[in-house]
Parts: sequence; structure tokens; C-alpha cells
Amino acid sequence: MERDRLKSILESLLFAADGPVTLARIREILGEVERKEIAALLEELQSEYETAGRGFRVVEVAGAYQMRTPKENAEWVKSLYKGRPARMSRPLLETLAIIAYKQPITRAEIEAIRGVDVDGVLATLQERRLVRIVARKDVPGRPFLYGTTAEFLQTFNMKDLSQLPTLKEMEEMAVAQPPDTEPPANSE
Amino acid sequence: MDTSVKLEIFEGPLDLLLHLIKKNEISITDIPIATITEQYLAALELMQSLNLDVAGEFLVMAATLIHIKSRTLLPFGEDDEEGEEGEDPREELVRRLLEYQKFKEAAEDLERREILWRDVFPRSSEPPEESPSVVFEQPSLFDLISALRQILERFPEERAHEVVLESVSVREKMNLLLDDLHRRGKVIFQSLFDTATSRLEVVVTFLAMLELVKIRAIRIAQEERMGAIVIELAVPLGEVHERMAKEPIGEDGDGT
Repeated sequence: MERDRLKSILESLLFAADGPVTLARIREILGEVERKEIAALLEELQSEYETAGRGFRVVEVAGAYQMRTPKENAEWVKSLYKGRPARMSRPLLETLAIIAYKQPITRAEIEAIRGVDVDGVLATLQERRLVRIVARKDVPGRPFLYGTTAEFLQTFNMKDLSQLPTLKEMEEMAVAQPPDTEPPANSE
Repeated sequence: MDTSVKLEIFEGPLDLLLHLIKKNEISITDIPIATITEQYLAALELMQSLNLDVAGEFLVMAATLIHIKSRTLLPFGEDDEEGEEGEDPREELVRRLLEYQKFKEAAEDLERREILWRDVFPRSSEPPEESPSVVFEQPSLFDLISALRQILERFPEERAHEVVLESVSVREKMNLLLDDLHRRGKVIFQSLFDTATSRLEVVVTFLAMLELVKIRAIRIAQEERMGAIVIELAVPLGEVHERMAKEPIGEDGDGT
């Protein structure tokens, strides 16, 4: 297929999708197109939008692509929504950071670090699907182990967990964790 | 009789300690344990006298601090069955504070990213709803409490929690605050207490302010760390009155 045509179709896919679209999904739809070519075309789209100062961008999050508004328009876009969108409060962010770096981790281990009960915060994080139970720890009581989700990466605009800044003295851990590869729920 | 504000305190004892350490401009690794213990206990007492829901963790930490303090009074090496020159009794606490601080910084890193539904928006669908919990951000609850302490120092000593029984209603004070904010726009926290004539009035004003935060009627911001605390209306006055009508606030005190 002709390059420009392909780019146009890609643009339509991202525009019409109601969530991030994975490369795999795009290839399923487009058939025999090289990954490299798709990635290159998406990058081209992105730089075209940016140069032209358009009101949207293509971002790569959690191993998928999505159209999003640029940050400088946030103030106006926000006014579209009636209710105030949920904030990321400090306790929420701290708990999330602990889980992101130390996953898989139990609630007791999180509480040992924060020095405070995290029941409520953990429930909120799960409700917002930023965190999920990934397993049970093989110790007495078999407590749940928590980890971050693809939504976490999407929310914080990360391709994968390796984009977490290195924590002081923690270089050797966490960063080696594979990204959460669960594909975003957009196929339907 | 119970005028307590049921604010869940999400911040823990470690937050309070870091707050005190920062305020005193001291190093985590060399904490003057007597001073910090004293200030910690004072903050705790104030929180309790305000009837804030103080979690058990705060009391555990208080016990830990007192224990460490008592051990530092012993000369080093006196109880060193384990050999060596006896470890610093503060060591475990310092380790915990440093580790916690690391994750606080990591949380700040996360907050600086482009966050979905705050900075950048995807197509379609609605953003997640605001959860109903109350959390203090830039000025932490501890910033507010230490500011309150300073104001209370202007008034002669009397126990704050004994006088809460009197009949100045939190509800009334809420309305006064709202009118004031409506008229003046942004207001410095300290100036809310300019006209106060007693500790009681200061405390009631503070509780009224917390109630207004709870129903999201006002916004509290701090220009910079340890800077001036500024308060303003978060929504139009009419909407605040609507919310207040729905909530049974501060009225349970007058029943007897």
C-alpha cells in the first residue's frame, strides 16, 4: 500500500479507537505491514502534529499508541468535564511509588515503609485500576501481592516501567522488572 | 458534645517527623532526639485536643521516640553485650526515615509527569471521579497544625479541649468565614484569627476551616514550602450553601 494512504489509515485508527492501540492490533488490521514501518509512520504523524501545533499528539504508552491533547491545552480541555477529575493525592502517589518500585509487594510491606495504614489508599488505587493483585506471597497467611497495571503506565505517560526514574540506592532492583505486558482492553 | 471533625489522617508519624526535621532545619542522620520528641508529642497533643482522628501508629511512634530518648541518656557502651561500641539508638529510626523520604521523592517524580486527565486527555470517555476522601496537599495537615500552634501561643494557657464545650458553633463560624472569603478573595491563614479573642475562638475557627475543606468549599494552598498559607473559596458561595444544607455539620454540639 502507498505510504501516505497507510499513514491516513493509521491516523483514522488512532482517532476512532477508544483506548491505546497496540502495534500488534494495528498489524492484525493492516496485514502484512512491517512493525518498523508502522512505528516510523506513527512517529511521522506525531512530528507533523507537533510542527503544525495541532491540538493533539500521538503518544506511546504501555506498549500502545494513543491520541492525546498536549499539556499546554489542559486548562481548557479540563473545562469540558463537569465533575472535577480525580486528583492524584500525595498518599496515593506515595503508595503508588512504593508499589511501582518494589512490586510485587504486600500491604504489610507497604505499611512498614509509609508507617501508616494504607487500606483506603490501596482500595482507591485498585478501583482506579492503577494497581492490582498479582499473586499471593508464599508465607503464612498467604497475603496478596500488589503490582502496577497497564493503566498505571498509561496514566503516567510511560512506555514501560524502565521509564521510572532510578531511585537512590535502588538501582539494582525494580528497573529490571519486565513491563506489565497485559494489553490494554481496546479490542472489541 | 462531640464536635470532632472526622478527618481521616492519611499522613503518618513518619510524615510528622519529616515535617519537624524540615522545620527545624536539621539533618535526618543527626536528629536531636530530645527536641524532636518534645515537638512530636506537642503536635500529637494538639491533634488530640482538636479531636482529630489520631491513628494508633502515632502513639506507637511516640513510644518509640521516648524509648530512643531514654537510651541516648545512657552512656554509650554501657549495655553492649553485642560488643562493638554500642550502636546509635537512633539508627533504626533514621533508616526508616531515609527509606520513606526516598519514596516521597519518587512520588514527587511521578507527580511531575504528564498525568492523564490532569495534563493530557484522550478521546472520549469520562475521567475517573473524584474520590470523597480529604487530603491536604501543599500545606500538609502538619503545616496547618504548626501554624495553629503559633497562633495559640498568643493566648494565655488554658486547655483547648476543655473549652470546646462552650456554645460558639462551628456552623456559625463556617458562615462567617465564607462571608469573609467571599468579600476578601484570597486570605492569609493567620488573618482568619485576627479578631479571635480566646483560644476557644481560635480552635472553633480552625475546626470550621477543616469542615469547609471537607465539603470542598475552600481551597488551601501554600505558595512555597514553609511559605504563607493562603485560603480562598473553591466554588461560588451559592454552591457552598447548597452543600452545607446537605451535610449535618457541627450541629451535634447543641443538643444537650
